[in-house]
Amino acid sequence: MINRTLGNQHISARFNAELEAIKTDLLEMGGKVENQIELASKALINGDGGPAEEAVAIDREINRMEKDIDEQCIRILARRQPAASDLRLIISIAKVTTDLERIGDEASRIARVALKLAGEDLNSPAVVYLGRISSHVSGMLRQALDAFARLSVDAAVRVVLSDKDIDEDYAAGLRELRAAMQSSPEYVDQYLERIWALRSFERIGDHASNIAEQVVYLARGVDIRHTDNEGIKSLLN
Amino acid sequence: METIDSLIFPPLASMQRDRPAPAIHVNGVSLSYPQQPEALSDIALKIPAGEVTAIIGPSGCGKSTLLRCFNRMNDTIEGVAYTGEILIDELNVLAPTTDVTSLRRRVGMVFQRPNPFPKSIFDNIAYGPRVGGIRRKRDLDEIVERALKSAALWDEVKDRLLDNAMSLSLGQQQRLVIARAIAVEPDVLLLDEPASSLDPISTLKIEELIYELKHFYTIVIVTHNMQQAARVSDRTAFMNAGRVVEFDTTDQIFTNPTQPATEDYITGRYG
Repeated sequence: MINRTLGNQHISARFNAELEAIKTDLLEMGGKVENQIELASKALINGDGGPAEEAVAIDREINRMEKDIDEQCIRILARRQPAASDLRLIISIAKVTTDLERIGDEASRIARVALKLAGEDLNSPAVVYLGRISSHVSGMLRQALDAFARLSVDAAVRVVLSDKDIDEDYAAGLRELRAAMQSSPEYVDQYLERIWALRSFERIGDHASNIAEQVVYLARGVDIRHTDNEGIKSLLN
Repeated sequence: METIDSLIFPPLASMQRDRPAPAIHVNGVSLSYPQQPEALSDIALKIPAGEVTAIIGPSGCGKSTLLRCFNRMNDTIEGVAYTGEILIDELNVLAPTTDVTSLRRRVGMVFQRPNPFPKSIFDNIAYGPRVGGIRRKRDLDEIVERALKSAALWDEVKDRLLDNAMSLSLGQQQRLVIARAIAVEPDVLLLDEPASSLDPISTLKIEELIYELKHFYTIVIVTHNMQQAARVSDRTAFMNAGRVVEFDTTDQIFTNPTQPATEDYITGRYG
């Protein structure tokens, strides 16, 4: 079982330390991205530019961390020639950092929308759906990172399956904004910004789902990408 | 609770050195065997103190020949001729006036095949110090224990020091040989494919030992196992046809070498 394997220590204490360090760095990067989403969401929902500026600033740190963790992955691959679960760990981390960095970009985009719309009428269309989607995808990311930390296949699969739950709120938000654009064309620019924000949240959900798929690959060596729900159950049984 | 690491590698607190490990500077060294083309051609290297430097390259490229220059082991081959200098601190190893016996105490060597003496474990370690004039049993006991602890072998043999060294496993014999080299307090350790006779687990233990020992000695390791060089060394020199093609940090050599020949060798395109 993978958990027992990953729990055993290598003969090389340095290799152990390198793997622990890279896992820690990845989770730290995930924490920063979670914080970034929270700030961007708060700014957008409340019409407050302050948290938005902070969210944009965090993105630079996230970009730096992506490069740093990628470099660590390359170094470990070159010097340690990891095999089996260790190899899957490094490959997974390399992929997860990419998804986290993309989430950071989307959060920045949302923050910039918030800055543009700061101070506006809070009852404007789709705010409710934006709030629900932001809460949902924040939860997905948190659960995906938690699944990574615990190597929990069950938790990871739940994240993957929950991605479709965003679709309803996304579609409803789009409908509301389309209707608002038709009835109040003088606010089209603002409504378009909200569409971009909706789209960014939806993309964050996709990336969180990707991270969860990597957890399954890491823990079980099974690739569940591009597989429907029935296919996932079949692969994991 | 003892961790696996402390059982395999007890802390080296017992080690004491009154001098830092030296750097090794190789300046323009060339060497040829009798009736043969040059085996080494104008070698220049600055091997940093207190680091592990690996020398890699295809068979016959001169790796072991260069290694044997550091303790003048090539002198045992009749007719060998060399030029240039190798400085270990202020000492020019290749100077005719250099005391080779004293040099070989300062520059210890471990070979591919473990070669313990057919004596007890204790006497293997005590041999060098006894030759050096140490006779008191208490002093020898202390030296033997310290050397075996430094080689991460003490816990496995402390209750059978009088057993014949040949009764040890190959991996243990190799660590015994390392302990024997350490017992005379060298400055430099030369390792000529030290793990190529060993199983994978013993190999990893030797590699961990090398990592611990570099805090006290300058270590040069020749290996035909590139992956071992990648795991164990701080710097790597790639040799081909008697020349150093590239010398850089191991990270650099194994992620982005500058010379096409190095890239070809590292990636297995060589040949």
